[in-house]
Amino acid sequence: MRKLRQYFLLIFMLVIWGLLTAGCSQEHRFIKKVTFKGTNSIMITFAGPVDESWAKDTGNYAIYEKPDPDILLKITHITLTPDKKSVILSLEDDLNQQQPHILSIKGILSEGRSQGTATVTVKKLYFGYLFSILIGAMIIGNFVFTKYLGLCVFFGTSQKKTTAIGMGITFTLVIIVASMMSWFLYQFVLKPFRLDYLQIVVFIGLVSLSVQAVDTVLRKINPALFKAFGVFLVLVIANCIILATPLILADNEYNAWESLMLATGAGLGFLIALFLMACVRERLEISNVPPTYRGLPISFIVAGLFALAFMGFSGMVIF
Amino acid sequence: MFFAGILAENPIFRLALSMCPAVGISTTVMNGVLLGIAVLFVQVFSSCTISAIKDYIHPRIRIPTYTLTIATWVTVIDLVLAAYMPEAYKAMGIFVKLIVAFAIITMRLEMFASKNPIIPSFWDSVGMGLGFMFGMMALGFVRELLGAGTLFGHDILGFRPLLFFILPAAGFFCVGFMMAIFNYVELVLKRMKQEKS
Repeated sequence: MRKLRQYFLLIFMLVIWGLLTAGCSQEHRFIKKVTFKGTNSIMITFAGPVDESWAKDTGNYAIYEKPDPDILLKITHITLTPDKKSVILSLEDDLNQQQPHILSIKGILSEGRSQGTATVTVKKLYFGYLFSILIGAMIIGNFVFTKYLGLCVFFGTSQKKTTAIGMGITFTLVIIVASMMSWFLYQFVLKPFRLDYLQIVVFIGLVSLSVQAVDTVLRKINPALFKAFGVFLVLVIANCIILATPLILADNEYNAWESLMLATGAGLGFLIALFLMACVRERLEISNVPPTYRGLPISFIVAGLFALAFMGFSGMVIF
Repeated sequence: MFFAGILAENPIFRLALSMCPAVGISTTVMNGVLLGIAVLFVQVFSSCTISAIKDYIHPRIRIPTYTLTIATWVTVIDLVLAAYMPEAYKAMGIFVKLIVAFAIITMRLEMFASKNPIIPSFWDSVGMGLGFMFGMMALGFVRELLGAGTLFGHDILGFRPLLFFILPAAGFFCVGFMMAIFNYVELVLKRMKQEKS
Protein backbone atom coordinates (compact mmCIF):
# COMPACT_ATOMS: atom_id res chain seq x y z
CA MET A 1 0.00 0.00 0.00
CA ARG A 2 2.73 2.37 1.00
CA LYS A 3 4.81 1.47 -2.02
CA LEU A 4 1.82 2.10 -4.26
CA ARG A 5 1.45 5.53 -2.81
CA GLN A 6 5.12 6.23 -3.43
CA TYR A 7 4.73 5.18 -7.05
CA PHE A 8 1.75 7.43 -7.45
CA LEU A 9 3.70 10.32 -6.02
CA LEU A 10 6.57 9.62 -8.40
CA ILE A 11 4.29 9.42 -11.43
CA PHE A 12 2.50 12.59 -10.38
CA MET A 13 5.78 14.46 -10.06
CA LEU A 14 6.97 13.18 -13.44
CA VAL A 15 3.74 14.33 -15.05
CA ILE A 16 4.11 17.77 -13.49
CA TRP A 17 7.74 17.98 -14.64
CA GLY A 18 6.76 16.92 -18.14
CA LEU A 19 4.06 19.57 -18.27
CA LEU A 20 6.47 22.19 -17.00
CA THR A 21 9.21 21.44 -19.50
CA ALA A 22 6.71 21.10 -22.33
CA GLY A 23 5.25 24.43 -21.35
CA CYS A 24 8.58 26.26 -21.21
CA SER A 25 10.71 24.93 -24.02
CA GLN A 26 10.12 26.05 -27.57
CA GLU A 27 13.66 25.53 -28.84
CA HIS A 28 14.27 24.19 -32.32
CA ARG A 29 16.10 20.89 -32.77
CA PHE A 30 18.71 22.33 -35.14
CA ILE A 31 19.62 25.29 -32.92
CA LYS A 32 21.95 24.55 -30.04
CA LYS A 33 22.29 27.91 -28.34
CA VAL A 34 21.27 31.53 -28.75
CA THR A 35 22.91 34.16 -26.55
CA PHE A 36 23.51 37.89 -26.32
CA LYS A 37 27.04 38.88 -27.30
CA GLY A 38 28.38 42.30 -26.33
CA THR A 39 25.93 45.18 -26.21
CA ASN A 40 24.44 44.96 -29.70
CA SER A 41 24.81 41.48 -31.15
CA ILE A 42 23.27 38.06 -30.86
CA MET A 43 25.11 34.78 -31.43
CA ILE A 44 23.34 31.73 -32.82
CA THR A 45 25.02 28.33 -32.63
CA PHE A 46 23.66 25.63 -34.95
CA ALA A 47 24.04 21.88 -34.58
CA GLY A 48 25.66 21.58 -38.03
CA PRO A 49 27.25 23.83 -40.65
CA VAL A 50 24.90 26.16 -42.52
CA ASP A 51 25.09 27.50 -46.09
CA GLU A 52 26.87 30.82 -46.40
CA SER A 53 24.54 32.35 -48.99
CA TRP A 54 21.56 31.62 -46.75
CA ALA A 55 23.22 32.78 -43.55
CA LYS A 56 24.32 36.14 -44.97
CA ASP A 57 20.80 37.16 -46.03
CA THR A 58 19.33 39.60 -43.49
CA GLY A 59 15.81 38.87 -44.74
CA ASN A 60 15.96 35.44 -43.11
CA TYR A 61 16.08 36.82 -39.56
CA ALA A 62 13.52 38.80 -37.59
CA ILE A 63 14.21 40.02 -34.05
CA TYR A 64 11.87 41.84 -31.71
CA GLU A 65 11.41 42.41 -27.99
CA LYS A 66 8.86 40.09 -26.46
CA PRO A 67 6.46 42.84 -25.28
CA ASP A 68 6.33 44.69 -28.64
CA PRO A 69 6.16 42.27 -31.55
CA ASP A 70 5.42 45.12 -33.98
CA ILE A 71 8.83 46.79 -33.70
CA LEU A 72 11.39 44.75 -35.63
CA LEU A 73 15.00 45.47 -34.75
CA LYS A 74 17.29 46.32 -37.67
CA ILE A 75 20.23 44.06 -38.48
CA THR A 76 23.29 45.87 -39.92
CA HIS A 77 25.59 42.98 -40.79
CA ILE A 78 26.03 39.26 -40.29
CA THR A 79 29.27 37.38 -39.67
CA LEU A 80 29.70 33.65 -40.07
CA THR A 81 32.40 31.88 -38.06
CA PRO A 82 34.97 29.83 -40.07
CA ASP A 83 33.46 26.47 -39.05
CA LYS A 84 30.08 27.76 -40.36
CA LYS A 85 28.32 26.60 -37.21
CA SER A 86 27.79 30.00 -35.60
CA VAL A 87 26.27 33.19 -36.89
CA ILE A 88 26.68 36.59 -35.22
CA LEU A 89 23.98 39.14 -35.94
CA SER A 90 25.04 42.75 -35.35
CA LEU A 91 22.18 45.16 -34.72
CA GLU A 92 21.92 48.86 -35.34
CA ASP A 93 21.01 49.86 -31.76
CA ASP A 94 22.03 48.52 -28.40
CA LEU A 95 19.79 45.76 -27.07
CA ASN A 96 17.70 46.15 -23.94
CA GLN A 97 18.97 42.92 -22.42
CA GLN A 98 16.50 42.99 -19.52
CA GLN A 99 13.77 42.01 -21.96
CA PRO A 100 13.63 38.59 -23.54
CA HIS A 101 13.90 38.87 -27.32
CA ILE A 102 12.19 36.68 -29.87
CA LEU A 103 14.28 35.65 -32.84
CA SER A 104 12.66 33.95 -35.77
CA ILE A 105 14.85 32.30 -38.40
CA LYS A 106 13.33 31.45 -41.77
CA GLY A 107 14.08 28.30 -43.75
CA ILE A 108 17.42 27.23 -42.30
CA LEU A 109 19.60 25.66 -45.02
CA SER A 110 22.26 23.18 -43.97
CA GLU A 111 24.39 21.58 -46.71
CA GLY A 112 21.58 22.03 -49.19
CA ARG A 113 18.88 20.54 -46.98
CA SER A 114 16.16 22.64 -45.40
CA GLN A 115 15.81 22.45 -41.61
CA GLY A 116 12.55 24.36 -41.37
CA THR A 117 11.75 27.64 -39.68
CA ALA A 118 12.60 28.28 -36.03
CA THR A 119 11.36 30.75 -33.44
CA VAL A 120 13.55 30.99 -30.34
CA THR A 121 13.70 33.18 -27.26
CA VAL A 122 16.95 34.94 -26.40
CA LYS A 123 17.41 35.54 -22.70
CA LYS A 124 20.09 36.44 -20.21
CA LEU A 125 21.71 33.70 -18.15
CA TYR A 126 18.72 31.99 -16.63
CA PHE A 127 19.55 31.99 -12.92
CA GLY A 128 20.65 35.58 -13.10
CA TYR A 129 17.39 36.41 -14.82
CA LEU A 130 15.37 34.62 -12.13
CA PHE A 131 17.34 36.39 -9.41
CA SER A 132 16.72 39.73 -11.04
CA ILE A 133 12.96 39.02 -11.06
CA LEU A 134 13.12 38.20 -7.35
CA ILE A 135 15.06 41.30 -6.38
CA GLY A 136 13.01 43.37 -8.80
CA ALA A 137 9.74 42.42 -7.13
CA MET A 138 11.20 42.64 -3.63
CA ILE A 139 13.13 45.92 -3.61
CA ILE A 140 13.44 47.76 -6.94
CA GLY A 141 9.75 47.46 -7.76
CA ASN A 142 8.50 46.98 -4.21
CA PHE A 143 4.75 46.48 -4.43
CA VAL A 144 3.89 48.76 -1.51
CA PHE A 145 6.30 51.65 -2.01
CA THR A 146 6.64 51.83 -5.78
CA LYS A 147 3.41 50.27 -7.09
CA TYR A 148 1.10 51.45 -4.27
CA LEU A 149 -0.78 48.19 -3.84
CA GLY A 150 -2.05 46.51 -0.69
CA LEU A 151 -2.19 49.75 1.29
CA CYS A 152 -5.33 48.94 3.34
CA VAL A 153 -3.75 45.92 4.97
CA PHE A 154 -0.37 47.63 5.06
CA PHE A 155 -1.65 50.46 7.28
CA GLY A 156 -3.90 48.14 9.25
CA THR A 157 -1.24 45.70 10.42
CA SER A 158 1.91 47.80 10.77
CA GLN A 159 1.34 49.07 14.31
CA LYS A 160 3.54 46.50 16.05
CA LYS A 161 6.63 44.60 14.94
CA THR A 162 5.23 41.20 16.01
CA THR A 163 1.98 41.69 14.04
CA ALA A 164 3.95 42.96 11.08
CA ILE A 165 6.16 39.86 10.96
CA GLY A 166 3.20 37.53 11.45
CA MET A 167 1.24 39.16 8.66
CA GLY A 168 4.27 39.23 6.36
CA ILE A 169 5.04 35.53 6.76
CA THR A 170 1.41 34.43 6.37
CA PHE A 171 1.08 36.63 3.33
CA THR A 172 4.24 35.24 1.71
CA LEU A 173 2.99 31.67 2.18
CA VAL A 174 -0.45 32.38 0.76
CA ILE A 175 0.76 34.43 -2.18
CA ILE A 176 3.13 31.66 -3.30
CA VAL A 177 0.36 29.04 -3.17
CA ALA A 178 -2.20 31.30 -4.84
CA SER A 179 0.05 32.55 -7.63
CA MET A 180 1.34 29.11 -8.52
CA MET A 181 -2.22 27.78 -8.69
CA SER A 182 -3.39 30.64 -10.82
CA TRP A 183 -0.35 30.37 -13.09
CA PHE A 184 -1.16 26.70 -13.67
CA LEU A 185 -4.83 27.37 -14.32
CA TYR A 186 -4.09 30.29 -16.63
CA GLN A 187 -1.48 28.45 -18.72
CA PHE A 188 -3.25 25.11 -19.02
CA VAL A 189 -6.95 25.91 -18.83
CA LEU A 190 -7.77 29.54 -19.54
CA LYS A 191 -5.29 30.10 -22.37
CA PRO A 192 -5.85 26.90 -24.38
CA PHE A 193 -9.62 27.36 -24.24
CA ARG A 194 -9.43 31.11 -24.97
CA LEU A 195 -11.13 32.07 -21.73
CA ASP A 196 -8.73 34.94 -20.95
CA TYR A 197 -11.59 37.30 -20.21
CA LEU A 198 -12.53 35.21 -17.17
CA GLN A 199 -9.15 36.08 -15.55
CA ILE A 200 -10.56 38.29 -12.81
CA VAL A 201 -13.37 35.96 -11.76
CA VAL A 202 -11.14 32.88 -11.76
CA PHE A 203 -8.21 34.53 -9.94
CA ILE A 204 -10.29 36.01 -7.15
CA GLY A 205 -11.99 32.64 -6.67
CA LEU A 206 -8.64 30.88 -6.54
CA VAL A 207 -7.27 33.36 -4.03
CA SER A 208 -10.16 32.82 -1.63
CA LEU A 209 -9.84 29.09 -2.19
CA SER A 210 -6.14 29.00 -1.39
CA VAL A 211 -6.63 31.14 1.71
CA GLN A 212 -9.23 28.63 2.87
CA ALA A 213 -6.90 25.74 2.02
CA VAL A 214 -3.95 27.21 3.93
CA ASP A 215 -6.31 27.85 6.84
CA THR A 216 -7.51 24.23 6.96
CA VAL A 217 -4.09 22.66 6.45
CA LEU A 218 -2.41 24.86 9.03
CA ARG A 219 -5.16 24.19 11.58
CA LYS A 220 -4.63 20.42 11.33
CA ILE A 221 -0.86 20.26 10.88
CA ASN A 222 0.43 22.92 13.21
CA PRO A 223 -2.12 24.28 15.71
CA ALA A 224 0.50 26.41 17.46
CA LEU A 225 1.40 28.19 14.25
CA PHE A 226 -2.28 28.53 13.39
CA LYS A 227 -2.92 30.20 16.73
CA ALA A 228 -0.18 32.71 16.00
CA PHE A 229 -1.00 33.44 12.34
CA GLY A 230 -4.65 32.40 11.92
CA VAL A 231 -6.04 35.88 12.48
CA PHE A 232 -4.07 37.30 9.58
CA LEU A 233 -5.43 34.82 7.06
CA VAL A 234 -8.76 36.64 6.70
CA LEU A 235 -6.94 39.89 6.04
CA VAL A 236 -4.90 38.35 3.23
CA ILE A 237 -7.93 38.25 0.90
CA ALA A 238 -8.47 42.00 1.29
CA ASN A 239 -4.97 42.69 -0.05
CA CYS A 240 -4.70 43.83 -3.66
CA ILE A 241 -1.16 42.45 -4.09
CA ILE A 242 -2.43 38.90 -3.93
CA LEU A 243 -4.69 39.60 -6.90
CA ALA A 244 -2.22 41.82 -8.74
CA THR A 245 0.52 39.16 -8.84
CA PRO A 246 -1.52 36.58 -10.85
CA LEU A 247 -2.62 39.34 -13.23
CA ILE A 248 0.98 40.45 -13.77
CA LEU A 249 2.03 36.82 -14.31
CA ALA A 250 -0.70 36.39 -16.91
CA ASP A 251 0.20 39.65 -18.68
CA ASN A 252 3.91 38.86 -18.90
CA GLU A 253 3.49 35.18 -19.83
CA TYR A 254 5.98 34.08 -17.19
CA ASN A 255 6.85 30.39 -16.89
CA ALA A 256 6.70 28.37 -13.66
CA TRP A 257 10.08 29.37 -12.19
CA GLU A 258 9.71 33.02 -13.06
CA SER A 259 6.24 33.02 -11.50
CA LEU A 260 7.57 31.41 -8.34
CA MET A 261 10.28 34.06 -8.10
CA LEU A 262 7.87 36.93 -8.68
CA ALA A 263 5.45 35.60 -6.05
CA THR A 264 8.24 35.10 -3.51
CA GLY A 265 9.60 38.54 -4.25
CA ALA A 266 6.19 40.14 -3.83
CA GLY A 267 5.65 38.37 -0.49
CA LEU A 268 9.10 39.18 0.89
CA GLY A 269 8.83 42.75 -0.36
CA PHE A 270 5.59 43.16 1.55
CA LEU A 271 7.25 41.67 4.65
CA ILE A 272 10.14 44.16 4.38
CA ALA A 273 7.77 47.08 3.88
CA LEU A 274 5.63 46.06 6.87
CA PHE A 275 8.64 45.60 9.12
CA LEU A 276 10.21 48.96 8.20
CA MET A 277 6.88 50.73 8.73
CA ALA A 278 6.24 48.97 12.06
CA CYS A 279 9.65 50.08 13.38
CA VAL A 280 8.81 53.71 12.67
CA ARG A 281 5.24 53.53 13.93
CA GLU A 282 6.34 52.07 17.26
CA ARG A 283 8.47 55.16 17.73
CA LEU A 284 5.65 57.43 16.60
CA GLU A 285 3.45 56.08 19.39
CA ILE A 286 5.64 57.69 22.05
CA SER A 287 6.42 60.89 20.16
CA ASN A 288 4.46 64.13 20.31
CA VAL A 289 2.38 64.35 17.13
CA PRO A 290 -0.09 67.24 16.53
CA PRO A 291 -3.66 66.04 17.20
CA THR A 292 -4.88 66.49 13.61
CA TYR A 293 -2.06 64.30 12.33
CA ARG A 294 -2.38 61.57 14.93
CA GLY A 295 -3.01 58.06 13.61
CA LEU A 296 -3.31 57.56 9.87
CA PRO A 297 -2.25 60.96 8.44
CA ILE A 298 1.24 60.84 9.95
CA SER A 299 1.61 57.19 8.89
CA PHE A 300 0.85 58.24 5.33
CA ILE A 301 3.52 60.90 5.46
CA VAL A 302 6.05 58.41 6.84
CA ALA A 303 5.11 56.00 4.03
CA GLY A 304 5.66 58.84 1.56
CA LEU A 305 9.18 59.32 2.90
CA PHE A 306 9.81 55.60 2.52
CA ALA A 307 8.49 55.75 -1.02
CA LEU A 308 10.91 58.59 -1.79
CA ALA A 309 13.75 56.49 -0.42
CA PHE A 310 12.68 53.51 -2.51
CA MET A 311 12.64 55.71 -5.60
CA GLY A 312 16.41 55.69 -5.28
CA PHE A 313 16.42 52.04 -6.33
CA SER A 314 14.54 52.71 -9.55
CA GLY A 315 16.47 52.01 -12.70
CA MET A 316 18.91 49.78 -10.86
CA VAL A 317 20.03 46.84 -12.99
CA ILE A 318 21.18 43.53 -11.60
CA PHE A 319 23.17 41.31 -13.98
CA MET B 1 -28.17 58.86 3.03
CA PHE B 2 -27.13 60.06 -0.40
CA PHE B 3 -24.78 62.70 0.95
CA ALA B 4 -23.35 60.53 3.73
CA GLY B 5 -20.99 58.86 1.27
CA ILE B 6 -19.65 62.13 -0.09
CA LEU B 7 -18.50 63.92 3.06
CA ALA B 8 -19.23 62.39 6.47
CA GLU B 9 -18.38 58.85 5.36
CA ASN B 10 -16.05 59.63 2.48
CA PRO B 11 -14.50 56.27 1.56
CA ILE B 12 -10.99 57.60 1.06
CA PHE B 13 -10.50 60.24 3.75
CA ARG B 14 -12.89 59.16 6.50
CA LEU B 15 -13.19 55.37 6.24
CA ALA B 16 -9.62 55.01 4.91
CA LEU B 17 -10.66 52.27 2.51
CA SER B 18 -9.53 51.58 -1.07
CA MET B 19 -6.51 53.81 -0.84
CA CYS B 20 -4.31 52.06 -3.39
CA PRO B 21 -5.67 53.96 -6.42
CA ALA B 22 -5.94 57.14 -4.35
CA VAL B 23 -2.18 57.06 -3.95
CA GLY B 24 -1.26 55.35 -7.19
CA ILE B 25 -2.97 57.11 -10.07
CA SER B 26 -4.36 60.38 -8.71
CA THR B 27 -1.81 62.40 -10.69
CA THR B 28 -4.46 64.07 -12.89
CA VAL B 29 -8.11 65.01 -12.43
CA MET B 30 -9.06 63.01 -15.51
CA ASN B 31 -7.69 59.77 -14.05
CA GLY B 32 -9.75 60.41 -10.92
CA VAL B 33 -12.92 60.97 -12.95
CA LEU B 34 -12.44 57.84 -15.04
CA LEU B 35 -11.63 55.49 -12.21
CA GLY B 36 -14.45 57.12 -10.23
CA ILE B 37 -16.89 56.30 -13.02
CA ALA B 38 -15.65 52.71 -13.15
CA VAL B 39 -16.05 52.30 -9.39
CA LEU B 40 -19.48 53.97 -9.45
CA PHE B 41 -20.60 51.57 -12.18
CA VAL B 42 -19.38 48.48 -10.31
CA GLN B 43 -20.76 49.70 -6.98
CA VAL B 44 -24.23 50.50 -8.33
CA PHE B 45 -24.65 47.37 -10.39
CA SER B 46 -23.36 44.95 -7.77
CA SER B 47 -25.46 46.63 -5.06
CA CYS B 48 -28.60 46.28 -7.18
CA THR B 49 -27.76 42.67 -8.08
CA ILE B 50 -27.16 41.64 -4.49
CA SER B 51 -30.21 43.44 -3.18
CA ALA B 52 -32.36 41.79 -5.87
CA ILE B 53 -31.20 38.26 -5.07
CA LYS B 54 -30.58 38.67 -1.31
CA ASP B 55 -33.41 36.30 -0.33
CA TYR B 56 -31.85 33.41 -2.25
CA ILE B 57 -28.32 33.68 -0.83
CA HIS B 58 -27.48 31.29 1.97
CA PRO B 59 -25.83 33.33 4.77
CA ARG B 60 -22.80 31.03 4.92
CA ILE B 61 -21.77 31.62 1.32
CA ARG B 62 -22.62 35.31 1.19
CA ILE B 63 -19.04 36.65 1.04
CA PRO B 64 -18.00 34.45 -1.93
CA THR B 65 -21.24 35.44 -3.65
CA TYR B 66 -20.45 39.12 -3.20
CA THR B 67 -16.93 38.62 -4.49
CA LEU B 68 -18.09 36.77 -7.59
CA THR B 69 -20.79 39.36 -8.32
CA ILE B 70 -18.26 42.18 -8.06
CA ALA B 71 -15.77 40.25 -10.20
CA THR B 72 -18.39 39.81 -12.91
CA TRP B 73 -19.20 43.52 -13.08
CA VAL B 74 -15.51 44.42 -12.97
CA THR B 75 -14.92 42.14 -15.95
CA VAL B 76 -17.70 43.97 -17.79
CA ILE B 77 -16.28 47.46 -17.16
CA ASP B 78 -12.74 46.21 -17.82
CA LEU B 79 -13.68 44.90 -21.27
CA VAL B 80 -15.76 48.00 -22.08
CA LEU B 81 -12.96 50.39 -21.14
CA ALA B 82 -10.37 48.34 -23.03
CA ALA B 83 -12.57 48.41 -26.14
CA TYR B 84 -13.80 52.02 -26.18
CA MET B 85 -11.15 54.03 -24.27
CA PRO B 86 -7.83 52.26 -24.85
CA GLU B 87 -5.74 55.37 -23.98
CA ALA B 88 -7.37 55.95 -20.62
CA TYR B 89 -7.34 52.23 -19.92
CA LYS B 90 -3.60 52.16 -20.43
CA ALA B 91 -3.10 55.09 -18.04
CA MET B 92 -5.07 53.37 -15.30
CA GLY B 93 -3.24 50.10 -15.83
CA ILE B 94 -3.92 47.30 -13.43
CA PHE B 95 -6.11 49.37 -11.10
CA VAL B 96 -9.30 48.76 -13.11
CA LYS B 97 -8.95 45.03 -12.58
CA LEU B 98 -8.14 45.58 -8.93
CA ILE B 99 -11.53 47.18 -8.26
CA VAL B 100 -12.45 43.62 -7.24
CA ALA B 101 -10.28 43.91 -4.15
CA PHE B 102 -11.63 47.31 -3.04
CA ALA B 103 -12.89 46.89 0.49
CA ILE B 104 -15.42 49.69 0.11
CA ILE B 105 -17.63 47.79 -2.34
CA THR B 106 -17.78 44.57 -0.35
CA MET B 107 -18.39 46.57 2.82
CA ARG B 108 -21.40 48.39 1.34
CA LEU B 109 -22.84 45.12 0.07
CA GLU B 110 -22.48 43.50 3.48
CA MET B 111 -23.72 46.48 5.51
CA PHE B 112 -26.44 47.89 3.27
CA ALA B 113 -27.46 46.11 0.09
CA SER B 114 -27.96 42.71 1.71
CA LYS B 115 -30.52 44.15 4.13
CA ASN B 116 -32.41 46.73 2.06
CA PRO B 117 -34.61 46.71 -1.06
CA ILE B 118 -33.31 47.78 -4.43
CA ILE B 119 -34.17 51.51 -4.48
CA PRO B 120 -32.49 52.52 -1.19
CA SER B 121 -29.42 50.41 -2.01
CA PHE B 122 -29.24 52.10 -5.41
CA TRP B 123 -29.08 55.56 -3.82
CA ASP B 124 -26.66 54.41 -1.14
CA SER B 125 -24.29 52.97 -3.71
CA VAL B 126 -24.54 56.09 -5.90
CA GLY B 127 -23.58 58.19 -2.85
CA MET B 128 -20.61 55.97 -2.04
CA GLY B 129 -19.43 55.88 -5.64
CA LEU B 130 -19.68 59.66 -5.92
CA GLY B 131 -17.80 59.99 -2.63
CA PHE B 132 -14.97 57.92 -4.03
CA MET B 133 -15.01 59.94 -7.24
CA PHE B 134 -14.98 63.18 -5.26
CA GLY B 135 -11.99 62.00 -3.22
CA MET B 136 -10.06 60.95 -6.30
CA MET B 137 -10.88 64.23 -8.05
CA ALA B 138 -9.84 66.31 -5.04
CA LEU B 139 -6.49 64.52 -4.90
CA GLY B 140 -6.06 64.80 -8.65
CA PHE B 141 -6.92 68.52 -8.51
CA VAL B 142 -4.27 69.26 -5.90
CA ARG B 143 -1.61 67.12 -7.52
CA GLU B 144 -2.22 68.27 -11.08
CA LEU B 145 -2.47 71.95 -10.17
CA LEU B 146 0.58 72.01 -7.93
CA GLY B 147 2.66 69.50 -9.82
CA ALA B 148 2.10 70.31 -13.48
CA GLY B 149 0.21 73.64 -13.33
CA THR B 150 -2.60 72.22 -15.45
CA LEU B 151 -6.21 71.09 -14.99
CA PHE B 152 -7.84 68.49 -17.27
CA GLY B 153 -4.75 68.88 -19.45
CA HIS B 154 -5.27 72.66 -19.96
CA ASP B 155 -2.53 75.00 -18.86
CA ILE B 156 -3.81 77.12 -15.96
CA LEU B 157 -0.86 78.58 -14.14
CA GLY B 158 1.70 78.65 -16.91
CA PHE B 159 4.47 77.42 -14.63
CA ARG B 160 5.12 74.47 -12.38
CA PRO B 161 4.93 75.49 -8.72
CA LEU B 162 5.95 72.23 -7.03
CA LEU B 163 7.15 69.53 -9.35
CA PHE B 164 7.35 67.24 -6.34
CA PHE B 165 3.59 66.64 -6.40
CA ILE B 166 3.67 64.90 -9.75
CA LEU B 167 6.16 62.33 -8.43
CA PRO B 168 4.57 58.99 -7.57
CA ALA B 169 5.68 59.16 -3.95
CA ALA B 170 3.79 62.42 -3.36
CA GLY B 171 0.51 60.49 -3.43
CA PHE B 172 1.19 59.38 0.13
CA PHE B 173 1.88 62.95 1.27
CA CYS B 174 -1.21 64.26 -0.47
CA VAL B 175 -3.53 61.68 1.12
CA GLY B 176 -1.89 62.33 4.50
CA PHE B 177 -2.43 66.10 4.28
CA MET B 178 -6.01 65.70 3.06
CA MET B 179 -6.82 63.38 5.96
CA ALA B 180 -5.28 65.88 8.35
CA ILE B 181 -7.49 68.63 6.87
CA PHE B 182 -10.60 66.48 7.32
CA ASN B 183 -9.56 65.76 10.93
CA TYR B 184 -8.98 69.47 11.54
CA VAL B 185 -12.43 70.41 10.22
CA GLU B 186 -14.00 67.76 12.43
CA LEU B 187 -12.07 69.02 15.47
CA VAL B 188 -13.15 72.63 14.85
CA LEU B 189 -16.79 71.62 14.40
CA LYS B 190 -16.70 69.64 17.65
CA ARG B 191 -15.23 72.59 19.53
CA MET B 192 -17.91 74.92 18.14
CA LYS B 193 -20.63 72.51 19.27
CA GLN B 194 -19.15 72.33 22.76
CA GLU B 195 -19.02 76.12 23.04
CA LYS B 196 -22.68 76.36 22.00
CA SER B 197 -23.85 73.91 24.64
